[in-house]
Amino acid sequence: MTALLPFSTQLINLFASVILLLAFSMLAQRRVLPLINMFALQGATLCLSTLVVAFTTGQAHLYWSAGLTLLLKALLLPWILHRLVRRLNVKWDVESLINIPTTMLVGIVLVMIAFNVALPISQLSETVSRGTLGIALATVMLAFLMMITRTKAIPQVVGFLAMENGLFLAATSATYGMPMVVELGIALDVLVGAIILGVFFFQIREQFDSLDIRHLEKLKEN
Amino acid sequence: MDSFILMLLVPLVSGVLLTVFGERKWAPNLNILASLFSFLASVMLTVEIVASGPRMVFGELFFIDSLNVFLVTLTTFVGLTTSIFSGPYMENEREHGKLSVGRLRLYKSMYQLFMFTMLVALTTNNLGFLWVAMEAATLTTVLLVSLYRTAASLEAAWKYFILCGVGIAQALFGTILLYFAAERVLGETGNALLWTHLVGVKGQLEPTIMALSFIFLLVGYGTKVGLAPLHNWLPDAHAEGPTPVSAVLSGLLLNVALYAVLRCKVLADGALPNGFASALMIGFGLLTVVVAAFFLSRQKDVKRMFAYSSIEHMGIITFAFGMGGPVANFAGLLHMTMHSLTKSAIFFTVGHATQKTGTQLMENIRGLIRINPLIGWGLMLGTLAILGMPPFGVFASEFMILTHAMKHFPWATPILLLALGVAFASIFGKVQPMVFGHTEAKPLPHAPAITPVFIHLGLVLMLGLYIPPFFTRWFHEAARMIG
Repeated sequence: MTALLPFSTQLINLFASVILLLAFSMLAQRRVLPLINMFALQGATLCLSTLVVAFTTGQAHLYWSAGLTLLLKALLLPWILHRLVRRLNVKWDVESLINIPTTMLVGIVLVMIAFNVALPISQLSETVSRGTLGIALATVMLAFLMMITRTKAIPQVVGFLAMENGLFLAATSATYGMPMVVELGIALDVLVGAIILGVFFFQIREQFDSLDIRHLEKLKEN
Repeated sequence: MDSFILMLLVPLVSGVLLTVFGERKWAPNLNILASLFSFLASVMLTVEIVASGPRMVFGELFFIDSLNVFLVTLTTFVGLTTSIFSGPYMENEREHGKLSVGRLRLYKSMYQLFMFTMLVALTTNNLGFLWVAMEAATLTTVLLVSLYRTAASLEAAWKYFILCGVGIAQALFGTILLYFAAERVLGETGNALLWTHLVGVKGQLEPTIMALSFIFLLVGYGTKVGLAPLHNWLPDAHAEGPTPVSAVLSGLLLNVALYAVLRCKVLADGALPNGFASALMIGFGLLTVVVAAFFLSRQKDVKRMFAYSSIEHMGIITFAFGMGGPVANFAGLLHMTMHSLTKSAIFFTVGHATQKTGTQLMENIRGLIRINPLIGWGLMLGTLAILGMPPFGVFASEFMILTHAMKHFPWATPILLLALGVAFASIFGKVQPMVFGHTEAKPLPHAPAITPVFIHLGLVLMLGLYIPPFFTRWFHEAARMIG
């Protein structure tokens, strides 16, 4: 890669790296409150990178989607999650079972796979942010890994939402964002999904007296 | 009023009404009435489409051709019969103390909203909206799967949400890639996700991106179809949710998800003339059939068993569409119809049977024919139909698929036949004592609605013996849309 990338591209790459870094730190975070804060920070960074893309390319609708990201992923969803944590009184929940070094190593392998998969597509893309497609896919995969390794319900959901962050980054980096109506629809789905999950947490807690989803492993083929 | 708008508006409005007014005396009737109106509207729409060809509604937002209008009619029809069935069924559940009034309200409003999301998914022209509607369909049914709030049903709903959520996220990535490929050809006009535009330029889409995109789309939507190895959510959700929900999940939602795959396959086939998409679908289809047949023999819960049978049939249908060509596509569409009608009829009878005996364990269900001959015969005939016995329609479609496979993919035929044989042995061996054993169960407080069962089985029988020319023309036209 040549040393002289335009300033905007450098900025976008920087934000994308921050998002990836946050994805890794979420993977290693055992406590639920810092996890939610990191998710909010990831949303805010996503908003910033979308703003830079919008400013550089002059795509007006990207300003809207940046605003939507800020509102939904940096403010509303973290707020809902914080409220849930308070209402369910699981502030001090600590995930005890995850083996952080191994998870990190698996995460690194996933990032390499993601970059390899994204390489042919990035080369075809002409957008200013094409370098970040690999990062976007890596974020999706790390979030996926987080969902697999967690045994508590709220971290699993944060993983689920972080996956959506990665997908959004993919959309802005490969294509300058999906059409606005589609983006609105996706945002609505995510929001309704989060609310339904909130309802669901209370049902699970009522039934099992805890949010440990290891209780939810009874249905198996015998 | 325009039949299309009526069809979409009725479930939406009645869903909202049922939410606002809650569980009144007229609520079950409103549920049936709304389903009836959207069914009638869809019939009118079908007649228009078959007579005058595809059309667009609201600019280019919705696109209706003979392929999706066929699924729309099927969806609203099974929606109607299931709403008739669920009336007395849900009342019985309430009398047994399994459901409160609030839950019945949730059930009815979500049922109509679920219908709405499926109809939007089927008719939208925008592949982004298709994704949004598919996800919304999951969201509306999650709380229905956990309606009983038992430990098992909560687990099933959680699994359903998370697995389908992950799956659908893959599909979103696939959609983004598809948009990326399309934008390079169609430009940034906002038309790049419209199927009607995409299909015109499908030959120019970048093959590398389309290959990757189709993999993600197939895995993503395939999770919802119940394709192995991501089928785990399906038996749990079917077994733990209320039976009307199992009937619509199995009979309708799986079809809608498969429809999404088909629309994407048309584009992938255009961009990749080497048959990449077909090969993938054949592989996944066969794997699914084999996995499902293997699990079928080990089931103890009756609803779980029939859920695995749904997975098996979805595998067969995916295999048929994977083979492609007019004959296989025709057979695939026919099999979709037969499976929806038969499987929902089976779930209706199974629902009443489990209500009467108070258990879903097959070894405890005995002598249905003595408790209620109609339920007993309904289950027996439904089982024979789904297992592909002539003269039922499933036989016709399976026969077409098998003969086509023999001609073009001879290596796949023994695998299919073996799986069908295993499925036959395991299902028939378990249903037979359930129907003809000895029993002492008591009658139900609300007489069950058996008519839908026999309407469905009658249709399956009729289509097995004689397919009206109108139907044949329509199905050929629809099969042509898939290429």
